[in-house]
Amino acid sequence: MYSEYYIKTFCSIKNNTVSLNGSTVYSDGNTEFSEFIKAAYKALDTKYSKFFKMDALSKLAFLAADVLLKNENLNEEKNDIAVILSNKASSIDTDRKHQKSIENKEDYYPSPAVFVYTLPNICIGEISIKYKLFSENSFFIFDSFNAQHLLDYANSLLSTNKTEKVLCGWVELDGDQYDAYLYLVTKIGTITHNKENIIKFYNT
Amino acid sequence: MESLKQELKENIVEQLNLEDIAVADINDNDILFGDGLGLDSIDALELIVMLDKNYGIKLTDPKEGRAIFESIAVMAKYISEHRTK
Repeated sequence: MYSEYYIKTFCSIKNNTVSLNGSTVYSDGNTEFSEFIKAAYKALDTKYSKFFKMDALSKLAFLAADVLLKNENLNEEKNDIAVILSNKASSIDTDRKHQKSIENKEDYYPSPAVFVYTLPNICIGEISIKYKLFSENSFFIFDSFNAQHLLDYANSLLSTNKTEKVLCGWVELDGDQYDAYLYLVTKIGTITHNKENIIKFYNT
Repeated sequence: MESLKQELKENIVEQLNLEDIAVADINDNDILFGDGLGLDSIDALELIVMLDKNYGIKLTDPKEGRAIFESIAVMAKYISEHRTK
């Protein structure tokens, strides 16, 4: 049905470890996500002044995307890369922070900087701004990692020439529980883009 | 006035998550937006909330912030003249 596409590279962030193509690029013993992601950001020489203004979900997605994309020699002005992300918890972590700021009518001071992150797809915006990604993007909520949906959607975008590459994945975060897995689908490569490989790398 | 300026610097660094900027790095007359500290439109809204929450000053028109948030010195002068708490 589709021409064959390929998984060029993949990145995961879980269990206090950042991995690229299965190899650890950063790991520490921080038990709090905020400390871990901050240390990883600095150790990985991630240069983006807005990083510390992001909510936790966006920091997670952004760092995973940055580790994956910064070696791709992307165009500094515009890149034809679509983004399809997914998770289960949506933006619940930030939603709770916003709710806490508005639950007391006597102390009602909602933070604009928190409120802007009460949608999960905002993390795609952060990635797109940094890497000048101009193409279709979507964020889906599933009960669990849905490789088949990501596979079908990415293949559809590529086969209809909507985009040249697709950044796909799962970015789940709630409190100190987090799990990110991003992979880049391209038209040239060696690792076949199929459900088996998507799941295999997710479980790496 | 000096203690208010110091308080503003500390609040701005903490509440706007200016991780790479130390309080001591901010001068009273530094431009806060644009090429200065690099604050953005969301930061401006945060400062409006901060004025309300900490000093009882309600800005009904966000455009007023452009002049008030020019620098720490300008902010401190405005707050000292308009604060209700």
